[in-house]
Amino acid sequence: MSTPAPLIEMRGISKSFGAVVANEAVDLSVAQGEILGLLGENGAGKTTLMNVLFGAYAPDAGEILVQGRPVTINNSADALAAGIGMVHQHFHLAPRLSVLENLLIGIPGKSGRIDRAGGLARLAEIGRQHGLMLDPGLPVSALSIGEQQRLEIVKALFRGARLLILDEPTAVLAPTEVDGLFSALRSMAAQGLGIIFISHKLNEVRALTHRCVVLRHGRVTGRVDAPASTTSSEMARLMCGHEIVPPAKGPSSPGAAVLTLDAISTSRHSGMALADVSLFVRAGEILGIAGVSGNGQRALAEVISGVLAPDAGRMTIAGKAVSRFSPREVQALGLGRIPEDRMTTGLVTNLPLADSMVLPRIGTAAFSRNGLLRPDSIRAFAEAQIKAYDIRCPGPMTRAGALSGGNLQKALLARELAFDPKVLIVSQPTRGLDIGAARFIHEKFLDMRARGCGIVVIGEDLEELLMLCDRIAVMYEGRIVGTLDSADATIARLGLMMTGVEGHS
Amino acid sequence: MFRLEARTSTPAWFNLALPLLAIGATLVLCSGLIALAGAGVIEAYGVMFSASLGDSYAITETLVRATPMIFTGLAVAVAFRAKFWNIGAEGQLLAGAVASCAVGAIPMPGPLAMLLMALAGAAAGAAVALIPATLRVKFKVDDVVSSLLLNSVIFYALMALIEGPWKDSFSGYPISPPIEDSANFPVLLEGTRLHLGVVAAFLAAPVIWFLIVRTTLGFRIRVIGENPEAARYGGIHVERVLISTALLSGALAGLAGVGEVGGVHFQVMSDISPGYGYSGIVVAMLARLNPLGVMPAALFLAAVMTGAEAMSRATGVPAFLSEVIQGTALLAMLVALLFTAYRIRRVGAAR
Repeated sequence: MSTPAPLIEMRGISKSFGAVVANEAVDLSVAQGEILGLLGENGAGKTTLMNVLFGAYAPDAGEILVQGRPVTINNSADALAAGIGMVHQHFHLAPRLSVLENLLIGIPGKSGRIDRAGGLARLAEIGRQHGLMLDPGLPVSALSIGEQQRLEIVKALFRGARLLILDEPTAVLAPTEVDGLFSALRSMAAQGLGIIFISHKLNEVRALTHRCVVLRHGRVTGRVDAPASTTSSEMARLMCGHEIVPPAKGPSSPGAAVLTLDAISTSRHSGMALADVSLFVRAGEILGIAGVSGNGQRALAEVISGVLAPDAGRMTIAGKAVSRFSPREVQALGLGRIPEDRMTTGLVTNLPLADSMVLPRIGTAAFSRNGLLRPDSIRAFAEAQIKAYDIRCPGPMTRAGALSGGNLQKALLARELAFDPKVLIVSQPTRGLDIGAARFIHEKFLDMRARGCGIVVIGEDLEELLMLCDRIAVMYEGRIVGTLDSADATIARLGLMMTGVEGHS
Repeated sequence: MFRLEARTSTPAWFNLALPLLAIGATLVLCSGLIALAGAGVIEAYGVMFSASLGDSYAITETLVRATPMIFTGLAVAVAFRAKFWNIGAEGQLLAGAVASCAVGAIPMPGPLAMLLMALAGAAAGAAVALIPATLRVKFKVDDVVSSLLLNSVIFYALMALIEGPWKDSFSGYPISPPIEDSANFPVLLEGTRLHLGVVAAFLAAPVIWFLIVRTTLGFRIRVIGENPEAARYGGIHVERVLISTALLSGALAGLAGVGEVGGVHFQVMSDISPGYGYSGIVVAMLARLNPLGVMPAALFLAAVMTGAEAMSRATGVPAFLSEVIQGTALLAMLVALLFTAYRIRRVGAAR
């Protein structure tokens, strides 16, 4: 062969879990200096494929070659020895240890002693080379999400990775942090590293990658040799097998205000507290809350959800004053809630899906009577929603944690919308979801809007907000700096307001 | 070479297979100790079996032994479902025993006495369990430590009582005065010790199962145990449910003490419980926290306990083996639980 062997080559990889085929005869290779995009909807088999490469799963068939030599990868240590590093969606860091200590975990030092000086030097060198600067003495718990991700990348490089796998790295980043990540990745590729970049976001894939492999139902369904000159809709078609058309938004005809916040302030809050926040949402309109994450969005969502009682200010739902700020009270007044973190505040992953779907309303006559559950009603409700929302799972008794993110989000949506909320509070509704699932969620919101529900969408994805919302309020340091009609809003203008510059329409 | 791989689902038959696997592994592991003690393994287990399940009298003795462990097993199973780590069933049992004994010593019609004994014992157990639960809810005190250490506090308080003010003046031993004869639980089978409490225990298990699986309280207990944050956002008062769980758990452990006083010993002494509260943890784990599974799990441990004494007499293997078997069974079950989350796969040798 005249061309050098690829850095990594996977040949004919197949992997099944019981009757579910996750990967079937997948071929994939990455050359030195190449950034390969791995595209596919949730459940297409991307993560399984990468877990096979990283040694978490043994493939049922197929082989892996590193620079032309077949290797067996049984665990992450084998993978690291073969020069493969992985940055997972959920970081694997020890929060109480410092950056340097996290870096040195598992690195054998000289004669049983930890080589701190050597570690410091390497950390600084990697930082300089790729613009991945980190303070070695800070505990990981003090790092932002973006910095933690940077540390994961540095960890992989520190261990001599020549191929770096990043599983949806931008899902957790603010837009500005994405730019920093991309320039670091380009710098690494320029020095001969191979990179596998997994993402749903087609514009990112087009901007960053040299070549793409598209997976659908565990099989390779497309290869894109020039992502930059391929349109997003073409790629979407390869991923979903059909065209994706953005949902049509009808004209708004807002009614009376269904949610008002009047001079709400909070103190004690683990994130940013709220300072004098006033806003309203009318029936039949969607209000976006834009802002760089950490500017009070979490406190706002908690106040509206009834979990955090404000120190000052008033809130009304459907014209009635909220007095006790309990989740039960706001829910009884007609509030529905789609949380930012599905796994921690939304669902109970270890219990059957049906339990999560009835959780907020278990005490109501629909699901219990005199303290006794109505198992048949619970099951019937869950089954009806699974059908109506096309939630892919074996049945209502499936462990909720076994479902994919998109299906979990559908389940949460189903559970809230089934009771016709007057107001819906939603945080990051499509984070981590693929195009098909995101499209479905958007449609449902617009559908609820047409039926007279007032919706608050807290998000960082400005394109999504502009597409969905009638008005967009911008949060900065716990305050609302201004509210724009979507017609007057542009990404540039919103971006400026997100840095604290006031704006009015 | 073998490796562990995460499972996406757990087959239902594991609920039965895992405890059996753990028990099998325990008997195999402990056979080494029997051999070391110089006895025949088959013979020793044979004696154990016939002495605990070999004839109808042996079976009634095993049932009587199983009774307190059904109650403490239920207490632990309920608490662990809510992730309220109640290691204090032993102390709650003792408190229940003391309270029911005090009530049973008051002259009154038998049925009324038995009812009041049960109520008093349950209330005393619940009151003790309330301490670690309140400490956890109000001050975030670790419930494992507080409930465990409380066992010693209660035990020595009991000792102080029966060595001091409550000492039986008639016998002069450090035991409490006996309860009234009319308060003794009726024996169900002439010539055995099979008492009313045994029936109560076997009725309690399905009742608790129903409570966990079919009531809103049970639903809330399950949910706060698995994800307290989702529960809170879903409008469940997590602290309130935790306290309710602790009261229920403590009451069940207290009832274990009631049964021992009313049906077996008729008074309180320092060794009224040979660690039934701790055995309850083994029982609950073997049962995978399923209240119905608590019954066979408690019967297994009871058979080991009754059988071990006979085995000791017949073969010279120390009766302490019973405790080794209990401990080994707990560890074996904890290891077996690994298989609910992981499967073992055979893979090719590494390079």
